[in-house]
Amino acid sequence: MHSRSDLLRGLGNGLPIGLGYLSVSFGFGIMASRAGLSVAETTLISLTNLTSAGQAAGVDVIASHGSLMEMALVQLTINIRYALMALTLSQKLGSRFTLPRRLLAAYGITDEIFAVCAAEKGEIQPSYMYGVILIATIGWVLGTFLGAAAGSLLPQAVTDALGIVLYGMFIAIIVPPARRERPVLFTVAVAAGLSLVCRYLLTMLSGGFAVILCAVVAAAAAAWLFPIKDEEEEDAA
Amino acid sequence: MSTAVYIAVMAGVTYLIRVLPFAFFRKKIRSRFLRSMLYYIPYAVLAAMTVPAIFYSTGSLVTAAVGTAAALIAAWFGLPLVAVALIAAAAAYLVHFLV
Repeated sequence: MHSRSDLLRGLGNGLPIGLGYLSVSFGFGIMASRAGLSVAETTLISLTNLTSAGQAAGVDVIASHGSLMEMALVQLTINIRYALMALTLSQKLGSRFTLPRRLLAAYGITDEIFAVCAAEKGEIQPSYMYGVILIATIGWVLGTFLGAAAGSLLPQAVTDALGIVLYGMFIAIIVPPARRERPVLFTVAVAAGLSLVCRYLLTMLSGGFAVILCAVVAAAAAAWLFPIKDEEEEDAA
Repeated sequence: MSTAVYIAVMAGVTYLIRVLPFAFFRKKIRSRFLRSMLYYIPYAVLAAMTVPAIFYSTGSLVTAAVGTAAALIAAWFGLPLVAVALIAAAAAYLVHFLV
């Protein structure tokens, strides 16, 4: 059956994503439980959000007792890139992707899943996308659970070291494009500089709002100075 | 406030961001400025979230700095995301024996 082979292909292509998520979300689990969240809460966040940076920032907001408006704005700013990815993917959905299926598959649009689905030749089949999302989600949720539950069983030095895992992944996402493209390097430098200013000088700003402010200012400056060319649109993910 | 409410807001906003364009939006964004900003936003967000937070992520400035340097080097050579993340943690772990 056609859709079964699509599903298997999706599971296969999603496996490396799932394994990667497993190790990264382990770090998230440790981080969240350190911030005072229960194992169930931490696991629920991963199951319902399926995103790294947004979850990390969300835990900060929870830990600092921020407002719900702050939470919503933080998620909007950090995750707005998914709207662009969703938009790109929406151009490649065939007639099999009925509305209920779109509502379901939208749940799983992450940077990595987007990359794997956008690389499909021709239309994206629902079963294929389900396969990728399923295996990636299993890795993400399982890793989170293990990190939150068993993180406390590990020696202190190990959990300390694992606290850096998520940030290491962020660096891995930033550095290669920053090396290739001056405007990205500019964006990263401005955002990091502003973030330092917020952290040490504008201390009345909460962490979530600081990230929003730094990101919007840096990206607007970069967009103004270095508007992208049309063919770069594909790289936007 | 209950943590469940926070989680509901988090999940709701995140899902809406994904589902609205995926299921309902059929046009293309024309504004070059807006498209450019959307292109740069992820890098800006990640940079702002990483600096200076990464230096406080291991409970020791020294091990965090070494982990950061290891991650930068690994990322410079284009290693996969997971590899970079684990190299950073391994470096921080190994250095803690010396501190």
